[in-house]
Amino acid sequence: MKRPEKRCPVSILVDRNTKVLVQGITGTHGSFHAKQMLEYGTQVVAGVTPGKKGQKVEGIPVFDTVSEAVRQTGADASVSYVPAKFAADAIREAVAAGIRLVICITEGIPALEMARIKEEIRSKPVRLIGPNCPGVTTPDECKIGIMPGSIHKRGPVGVVSRSGTLTYEAVWQMTSLGVGQSTCIGIGGDAIVGTTFVDALELFQKDPETEAILLIGEIGGAAEEEAAAVIENKIKKPVIGFVAGRTAPPGKRMGHAGAIIGGSSERAEDKIARLRKAGVRVADSPAQIGETVKQVLRGKV
Amino acid sequence: MNLHEYQAKDLLRQYGIPIPLGKVARTPEEAEKTAASLGGEKFVVKAQIHAGGRGKAGGVVLVDRREKVREVSERILGKRLKTPQTGPAGQPVDLVLIQVQTDIQREFYVAVVLDRSAEKPSLIFSEAGGMEIEEAAKKNPSAIWKKTFSPFFGLSPSEAKEFLKQGKLNPKEIESLASILSAMSQVFLEKDASLVEINPLVQTPAGDFLAVDAKIRLDDNGLERHPELVSLNDPRQEDPRETEAKKFGLSYVGLEGSIGCMVNGAGLAMATMDLIKLAGGEPANFLDVGGGASKEKVAAAFKLILQDPKVQAILVNIFGGIMRCDVIAEGILAAVQETQLKVPLVVRLEGTQSEEGKAILKRSKLNIFSVSGLDEAARKAVSCVHPG
Repeated sequence: MKRPEKRCPVSILVDRNTKVLVQGITGTHGSFHAKQMLEYGTQVVAGVTPGKKGQKVEGIPVFDTVSEAVRQTGADASVSYVPAKFAADAIREAVAAGIRLVICITEGIPALEMARIKEEIRSKPVRLIGPNCPGVTTPDECKIGIMPGSIHKRGPVGVVSRSGTLTYEAVWQMTSLGVGQSTCIGIGGDAIVGTTFVDALELFQKDPETEAILLIGEIGGAAEEEAAAVIENKIKKPVIGFVAGRTAPPGKRMGHAGAIIGGSSERAEDKIARLRKAGVRVADSPAQIGETVKQVLRGKV
Repeated sequence: MNLHEYQAKDLLRQYGIPIPLGKVARTPEEAEKTAASLGGEKFVVKAQIHAGGRGKAGGVVLVDRREKVREVSERILGKRLKTPQTGPAGQPVDLVLIQVQTDIQREFYVAVVLDRSAEKPSLIFSEAGGMEIEEAAKKNPSAIWKKTFSPFFGLSPSEAKEFLKQGKLNPKEIESLASILSAMSQVFLEKDASLVEINPLVQTPAGDFLAVDAKIRLDDNGLERHPELVSLNDPRQEDPRETEAKKFGLSYVGLEGSIGCMVNGAGLAMATMDLIKLAGGEPANFLDVGGGASKEKVAAAFKLILQDPKVQAILVNIFGGIMRCDVIAEGILAAVQETQLKVPLVVRLEGTQSEEGKAILKRSKLNIFSVSGLDEAARKAVSCVHPG
């Protein structure tokens, strides 16, 4: 899937110039995270909640529609905390308004609705991240979503993950060991997501600041297998991996809509074997993710 | 959410898919009356549970005399049926479907699923129906035909006809099958299903097609759009602990080990289970308290874990992001006191306000092992269960 190139001089996806609009800013999550993002240094320029035009949240002006907010503030990225029932239409509204980066934090969008959205945006110059994801952070420049800002440190490792808190764990391990991140992308745990492992790997391959890539997967689906195929053919940078769920019983649902083991190809063991075959250094223990990244980086220098 | 076979067939019938004559019964007496009202002598008595593999487990019984329906129903109803697809405890049989036997000429397999890689719904069809589809796929992948279709419009009858032309089916068969396939795609889209399966789809000697067995699974995220389907839920088919967990916004799956886990986030929860196993222990459960756990949620989580008599130690692993560790620590203390916790408790708090959280646990003077690293957490929990 070829996507239009974005002008990103410093880092991938977002940087200190990114102007962020918050969809659902007057809700509990929206207002809380708008504040957190502002405190991190993200330029949060607008909020949208239908019917709440003229209000301010943390000093951020609220608009009725995304297109109006874009016209007034020049926002080029959006992050959505709107309830699941309205989340799919919130994505559509942001895309229609010309937002180039749409990040959907909301959990609970029906899988078929995502299949429809993917078809609708296929030919449009937009990148969707999520749904059901923690967002994107480029340390010291821009944090969009719900990741805790304090765990990050700027550095050479690109992080892409299907999980939320497991990503924080891995990032924190790295930061504690003095290993920084170029950009951290939480792609979300649903069956169909806007940006896949493959998309993120290609972005990191092109990013001059990224020297190594950490990929965190989990049981269910075939995203890790697809990533392995791309790593073999296109990714020249070292890749470190972890796959959660080796002890998950077959056929059991594990919280994420995507985390369902159906056949042999969805099992953690098979994913790990496939990633290793592609040359990925897969950490056996989740406690060793940071250390493994550090070793790989040191080996490279 | 899973539907029972009889519910799935009812939906299929509403979309014009032919199904065999049949009716559910709750008691052996009702089963007998049902058989009489259906007429004839040859029936199949089918246990209604949310799992496959019923046939070999004795949950699907053919009878050739009407009076046997009662006897067979008596044997099945009120028991738990264990199949390779259920847990070791099996599933309760509260209903039997009494169905008129179908004469079989050929058996087909048809299913609609979401193809995650293609990011589209997909039809799966095989002329090798009846047997396990996984087996057929392994032995002869070319016997499985697949076709993705539009998530907006479904599979039209003419598209279905084109698709069916790859085999040796005659035009009349193609015509009948195409309308069934197209209708299945509509059920899938209109009901926000994640699986619509007919196996076997039987062709009778007269050339008619009948959905002899069917499975439908609905996307839980889509249920809000289909209030009429919510009432089809049968909570008796679920682990009561999982149902209880859902009430509090928790995600719980019971397992076989002895170390109870409470973690925030599904990925970290799975990683914590992996860690316990690497340290030589076995997790008793998966429990994700979610991103914004409150004191009440933590208390509910503890109670759930402690309902499991196998639990000999509890490991709490929280990475505070949005969730503040001091709030979690308060919740843990309240839960420990409320439940009068007797088993060892290992707590690992990291992230936002973790120092404050640890201090709260320390001040409490309760018997809580507060640890820092992931490895240490797992080792400590395992050593509580296997001393020395």
